[in-house]
Amino acid sequence: MRLRYIAHAALALGLAAPAFAQETMETVKERGVLNCQVGLPTPGFYALAEDGTWSGMDVDLCRAVSAAIFGDPDQVEYQSVTSAVRFTSLANAESDMLSRTTTWTAVRDTQLGLDFTTVNFYDGQGFLVPADSGITSALELDGGVICVLTGTTTELNLADYFRANGMSFTPVTNENVNVLVETYLGGGCDAYTNDKSGLAARRSAFPDPNGHTLLPETVSKEPLGPVVRQGDDAWANLVRWVVFGIINAEELGVSSENVDEMTSSADPNIARLLGSEGNIGEGLGVSPTFMVDVIKAVGNYGEIYEKHIGENTPIGIPREGTLNALWTEGGIIYAPPFR
Amino acid sequence: MAVIHNPDPSDSKQRGVTRLFYDARIRSIFIQAITLALVLGFLGWLTLNTMTNLAARNLSAGFDFLDVSAGFGIGFTLIPYQESDTYLRVFFVGIMNTLLVAAVSIVLATVFGLIVGLARLSNNWIIATLSRSYIELIRNTPLLLQIIAWFFGVFVLLPRPRQSVELGEAFFLNNRGFYMPAAVPEPGFGVVTATFLACIVGTIALAIWARRRRDRTGRHFPAFFTGFGAIIVLPLGVHLALGSPLGWELPELKGLNFTGGVSVPPSFCALIVALSAYTSCFIAEIVRSGIQSVSKGQLEAAGALNLPANWTLRRVVLPQALRVIIPPLISQYLNVTKNSSLAIAIGFPDLVSVWMNTSLNQSGRAIPIVAMTMAFYCLVSISVSLVMNYYNARAQIKER
Repeated sequence: MRLRYIAHAALALGLAAPAFAQETMETVKERGVLNCQVGLPTPGFYALAEDGTWSGMDVDLCRAVSAAIFGDPDQVEYQSVTSAVRFTSLANAESDMLSRTTTWTAVRDTQLGLDFTTVNFYDGQGFLVPADSGITSALELDGGVICVLTGTTTELNLADYFRANGMSFTPVTNENVNVLVETYLGGGCDAYTNDKSGLAARRSAFPDPNGHTLLPETVSKEPLGPVVRQGDDAWANLVRWVVFGIINAEELGVSSENVDEMTSSADPNIARLLGSEGNIGEGLGVSPTFMVDVIKAVGNYGEIYEKHIGENTPIGIPREGTLNALWTEGGIIYAPPFR
Repeated sequence: MAVIHNPDPSDSKQRGVTRLFYDARIRSIFIQAITLALVLGFLGWLTLNTMTNLAARNLSAGFDFLDVSAGFGIGFTLIPYQESDTYLRVFFVGIMNTLLVAAVSIVLATVFGLIVGLARLSNNWIIATLSRSYIELIRNTPLLLQIIAWFFGVFVLLPRPRQSVELGEAFFLNNRGFYMPAAVPEPGFGVVTATFLACIVGTIALAIWARRRRDRTGRHFPAFFTGFGAIIVLPLGVHLALGSPLGWELPELKGLNFTGGVSVPPSFCALIVALSAYTSCFIAEIVRSGIQSVSKGQLEAAGALNLPANWTLRRVVLPQALRVIIPPLISQYLNVTKNSSLAIAIGFPDLVSVWMNTSLNQSGRAIPIVAMTMAFYCLVSISVSLVMNYYNARAQIKER
């Protein structure tokens, strides 16, 4: 009977409901590329060069994970997605991981089917105003028109800050950061608000970077880090420990330049990090010497920072004395030990 | 079982189930029942599958988020809204903004479309060519492009608040928006409003009476102009007699921006201009084709009867042209409503922008939010459709 076929087909469809939660690593290995989600091009964090290559602090995490799995940092397919659809894209398995200045919050971690792995940059929200506006403090923005990216924690913090200070504002929102920046530069708003690192990065690409002032107030905590889909603990472990490995490498003095000599180091901490001793790679499902590949490809945390957003770059975010210094130097960049 | 009439006696030997199967009526019921069961089963399976998969991906579903505080600001709202209001409130804010854009655009597009459509038929070469170029230029470029062009090319480039374009110290236009005085009713204004409403009701009654009298006696009474005059003159008279009980709150520059009065953001202006211009081209062509569809003989007949020009238009041309005009006009009105969702490109807080985008992201509840948005657009489209179809049915030729 025809009905039976229909029933069978329906049953087959029902059973075919994707069950990809547990197997990101296998999928990535089989595909041969890591689908890594970044944002719309932003200097310093995920910048797009004219020849189509991506670079930046967050891009280096994609490359590091690729190096850990394949021994090659370039097995990455970069997916540039607006911030508004980033979580849906990840939750639907279009991306394997997300590395794009995304703030770790309770709602995101618990209700969106996502898992925040760790923090690779401690940020806070600030305001950028035209220097000729004469505004020197965020408290002078009462009644102002503020440009803000929609679907972000920034949008919520902005409302909180003005409410807490009894001030009023009119938001000008867009999901496209480029449209928003154009609006701000065209004078469509009194201030542009975002994470301070993002503001510094954007300003570096303005026609006249010195014509804009970053106001001193920091109005929120923005711990940024890579995110994976919830329910695949092995995959979350890999991404998390690659970041920890990069931080440990800096602490132990292992860099992209000396990593080959360091493989024969007598220091047991370094030996375990680089896989000359122990079997940490095995537990993560990658080669024992995965950190050697990672460090060769992207360097340690300090190298990544200085290369993309440090003081010698156009973005120029100083590291010394900030939260993003190593814990041994007064910051809170700290990773559990490789042991 | 009811008595089954079998038209073919040769089948009469067949018994029971087989015989039922050969009965056209029973068979049709049987097939319909199966189809219904399959459709329902499919919908049920879709729902179940969605819920299972959402749970498998640790995503929250359901409508419980609607009474959670939204926490973000909205740049332009028709109904009062503050950051501590709920997501449900955001939904209504979005609906009101979308309806406002649709309503204003529909009115403007209809007025412009009518003018351009009539101009296109003009015997004056310059007017006809101008309107034709307008139509071809605007109709043949993407709407999204036009919205963005108006926003970045015009409204963002306007002067800053301190150098606003000023009109009589009451209207201000700058790159933060368009500011108008707000009317503040004072005691006694209720009487003016009541007079106004009474005049409207009176005019409708007068029109009905005039039509009945015309049908009965054939004599004409200018109900439209009398009523229109009354609606304007009487409330104005009462208003002045009561000493103008209506105050005006002027916008004034305070700190960074203008406060007071009524204002709309640049994104609203850009959206309205682009939507009305774009839609007016289609409406112009609809109006033109409608008028051209009226056969020349009808005009000649009207001329032979020596009807005045405006009667020829109102009583001969328009009633016949409207039959051709209204059906495509319905789809244009529906298009405006749906096209207003392009507001998201320039950040005007319409339903798609604040609900499908911002709320969806902040709450992460994709499925309920998308379903609610679809339900709204569907409801609006069906309502507009029903109203216009009703009007269309009335405008059709009465064939007796």
